[in-house]
Amino acid sequence: MARAATMNGASFAYKMRKFVASKHFTRGAMAVIGFFVLWQAGSMGLMPFMHAIPTPVTVAEAFWEFMCTGKYWQSWMDSTLRVTYGFVAAQLLGIPLGLGMGWNRNFKDFTYPLFELMRPIPPLAWVPVSILFWPTNESSIAFITFIGAFFTIVVNVLGGVSAIPRQLVDAAVSFGASPRQVFWRIVLPATIPSIVTGMMVGIGITWNVVIAAEMIAGNTGLGRLTWEAYLAGHTPGIIVGMISIGVAGYVSSMAVKMIGDWLMPWKKVF
Amino acid sequence: MANNGNKNQQNQQKGELILEDVNRVFRMPGAPACHALKNCSFTVPRGSLTVLVGPSGCGKSTLANIAAGYDHADSGKVLLDGKPVTGPGRDRIMVFQETALWPWMTVMKNATFGPTMLGGMNKSEAEDRAMALLDKVGLRDFRDKYPAQLSGGMQRRAELCRALVMNPKVMILDEPFRGLDVMTRELMQEYLLTLYRETGLTMLFITSEIEEALFLGDQILVMTNLPGTVKTTVEVDLPRPRDFKVLATERYRQIKSEVMESLYEEGAKIFAKLDGAGDLLGSCRAGS
Repeated sequence: MARAATMNGASFAYKMRKFVASKHFTRGAMAVIGFFVLWQAGSMGLMPFMHAIPTPVTVAEAFWEFMCTGKYWQSWMDSTLRVTYGFVAAQLLGIPLGLGMGWNRNFKDFTYPLFELMRPIPPLAWVPVSILFWPTNESSIAFITFIGAFFTIVVNVLGGVSAIPRQLVDAAVSFGASPRQVFWRIVLPATIPSIVTGMMVGIGITWNVVIAAEMIAGNTGLGRLTWEAYLAGHTPGIIVGMISIGVAGYVSSMAVKMIGDWLMPWKKVF
Repeated sequence: MANNGNKNQQNQQKGELILEDVNRVFRMPGAPACHALKNCSFTVPRGSLTVLVGPSGCGKSTLANIAAGYDHADSGKVLLDGKPVTGPGRDRIMVFQETALWPWMTVMKNATFGPTMLGGMNKSEAEDRAMALLDKVGLRDFRDKYPAQLSGGMQRRAELCRALVMNPKVMILDEPFRGLDVMTRELMQEYLLTLYRETGLTMLFITSEIEEALFLGDQILVMTNLPGTVKTTVEVDLPRPRDFKVLATERYRQIKSEVMESLYEEGAKIFAKLDGAGDLLGSCRAGS
């Protein structure tokens, strides 16, 4: 953070104040408020098919009740941990694998076909085998989450390495850089934008996957919370679960974006 | 600082680059072989600014890549000071058509990357050297900017510095000012001439613009169409230092018409051949 702040010549707090005062923030806020107004109107019977949906006020009340329980926060904790484990493991294994495949032709020859064979299998199709294989429920959900982010990051990194303009590497070779120096000082930084894109896409998939996996195989978590509300016929609870998942995904994306900005002081992510 | 400059001047090695009967054929499966260079021979004399002009797609970049060591000749010799060129090296630095500055490094980091490689100079020594060059091209205040924060002309100047700081025996410039607007381009040519005058490096400058060739070069090598080879050598005996006034002299016009005659003969051949040779050109593009 300190590094990013000095690069852009302004503190984080200053940038946040500036952002909140900007027209971009005002527009976003207007859209969110407008959505809730429409929703309220819809649930009050002013729009067809929406009478079954509880009003925002009812949901807000339910939200407050949820927030007063330890179970709600425990669900946040459990889902976040599963996402973190799966996501981090996917980066730790996926980034080197993608770099290796892009950098070494022999390595790619051995790994790529197998990789492409596994990639189309949706993460949720891994649920049964993962429950059989992993000793605990917790580890099998984390594994499914890992699958969700893993293939995305590898494909992005591989694409990134392959797209490095030739002259960036050629120039370094002429300047006398050894293969090792070329890798660490040219190939890796040149791939960072693709790594960050892979992370941005991956974190979204990870949340999708963890929620679905919890509904199928979990005993806890935000997905399970939503599912239990459904089973109990507690409609406002379903909406509370959904909004919570949305917020969780949004916050995670922001965190990844901040990591991206920090990794790439030479450009803005989006 | 002044001492440093003198030392560099003494270390200055001006190389002589010789190509003898260089051939390069690109073979792509399912397409006829493309003879990019055929028996191409020329000499870039020690300390000269030699300009290679030729019609678009005549193998100029292939030639640059072979001289820099990124590509190999199928037959023939490439000699730098009598020693065969076998691969890329610090004695031959190339300035590329598209910018090849590393976007994640500041201007200063770009310029000091080369000197600090292979246990070369230490950081402060490299920075002093780079700073002296950046100063000359007006980039002193931009040392800590990233390439994306610079204009096109500034990027090209930064790249010239990055190459010059290596003190190469030969500098190869492959259409380095392509894509710049006319004003910037002229300014860049003057910067290059200043740097050439001060360093006295051997330079091989590749372009498709006759005016640029005439304004910059000591000698102009005119290339033929595919298969590419050097067809004529024109000595440019215009006095140095040159400025825009040289464009109005009689001698300039004489040399220009001599080069143009030679070049347009080649240009005309392309159009004559184009119908029948579409496939051939296609396979060459794919191969190069």
